Amino acid sequence: MHELSVTESLLNLALSHANQANATKVIAINIVIGRLSSIVDDSVQFYWDFVTEDSICAGAKLNFDRRPAVLHCADCASDYTIDHDLTPCPKCGGMRTTIISGEEFFLDSIEIEKEAEKIS
Amino acid sequence: MSAIRVPVVEKIFSTNDKIANQNRQNLTDKKVLAINLMASPGAGKTSFILETIKRLQDQFRIGVIEGDTAPVTIDADKIISAGMPAVQINTGGDCHLDASMMGDGLASLPLEDLDLVIVENVGNLICPAAWDLGTHFNLLVASVPEGDDKPYKYPNIYRGLEILIINKVDLQPYVEFKMDYFRHGVEMLNPGLITFPVSCRTGEGMDAWIEWLSKKITDFKNIV
Ligand SMILES: Nc1nc2c(ncn2[C@@H]2O[C@H](COP(=O)(O)OP(=O)(O)O)[C@@H](O)[C@H]2O)c(=O)[nH]1
Ligand SMILES: [Mg+2]
Ligand SMILES: [Zn+2]
Repeated sequence: MHELSVTESLLNLALSHANQANATKVIAINIVIGRLSSIVDDSVQFYWDFVTEDSICAGAKLNFDRRPAVLHCADCASDYTIDHDLTPCPKCGGMRTTIISGEEFFLDSIEIEKEAEKIS
Repeated sequence: MSAIRVPVVEKIFSTNDKIANQNRQNLTDKKVLAINLMASPGAGKTSFILETIKRLQDQFRIGVIEGDTAPVTIDADKIISAGMPAVQINTGGDCHLDASMMGDGLASLPLEDLDLVIVENVGNLICPAAWDLGTHFNLLVASVPEGDDKPYKYPNIYRGLEILIINKVDLQPYVEFKMDYFRHGVEMLNPGLITFPVSCRTGEGMDAWIEWLSKKITDFKNIV
């Protein structure tokens, strides 16, 4: 699976925003991850401790905001959630569907600490 | 000292996507059309590339980037024996190609002399779908013996496609493969997807694909 390279990308993205904000330490990383994103969050968690060693992200907590996979049925206009496999509308059996959520995979925000600014 | 929340809202693939866009620009500047060809192992990726080259070699120059998880050059060697330039990219065990590997591959191809680049991605239906390489379109080679339930099981890869090839139709009499059920799943995920059922063994269906691709290459050269 590709979670190691994904975790490295996540770290680089978090570090670039942390540096821009003059962070001295990153406390938490808030990630939005959809059910259909093909990313296994347990594996990201597993690699995270390794890739963050010696960086200001070391020890930062990974928070996953998990979004379900929701389909919209064009035949009866109802929305329903699926697990992973694609299934027809449970209400009417319709297969004319569009995915309305579940493909998300982005870094929403980071929580950082800064050196206390001097009051002059 | 208290924690400060810094909003980011940026795709985690953004670094890859930036490099992918550079690759795409580089190809477009040189008027080379590029295809990201994906499939499960054994679906017939290499066979399909060879059959395509065979039918287009008098009209177009075609370069191939072969992605493999191990340092074997079997597939690349086949392309070179067919008279076209090929490079092998070893992903070192990784399950997909990414944009930076693609960039390395492009650097070893004589792009100025080429009309088309085909990238044979690593055989896998999950991971390659997540990584933009910087090609102009995504093509999947599905195959009859894999079964008709694949669109239902691997929705992501089907959603990002511009072209679907259904290979090994010569095997339809021998295996349980309900074409209607298969195409229904595809239609749910990617309505109106351009689809070519073919056989690399018998050549059935290849003419329609070749006609479509030749026009696509010619149009691309005229537009960019
Ligand atoms: N019957 C049949 N076999 C095929 C067809 N296309 C490819 N094959 C066979 O499928 C196997 C795998 O093909 P290959 O092109 O190496 O697949 P790849 O792993 O996706 O690159 C080989 O034994 C091919 O000869 C086809 O249309 N019909
Ligand atoms: Mg191959
Ligand atoms: Zn319905």
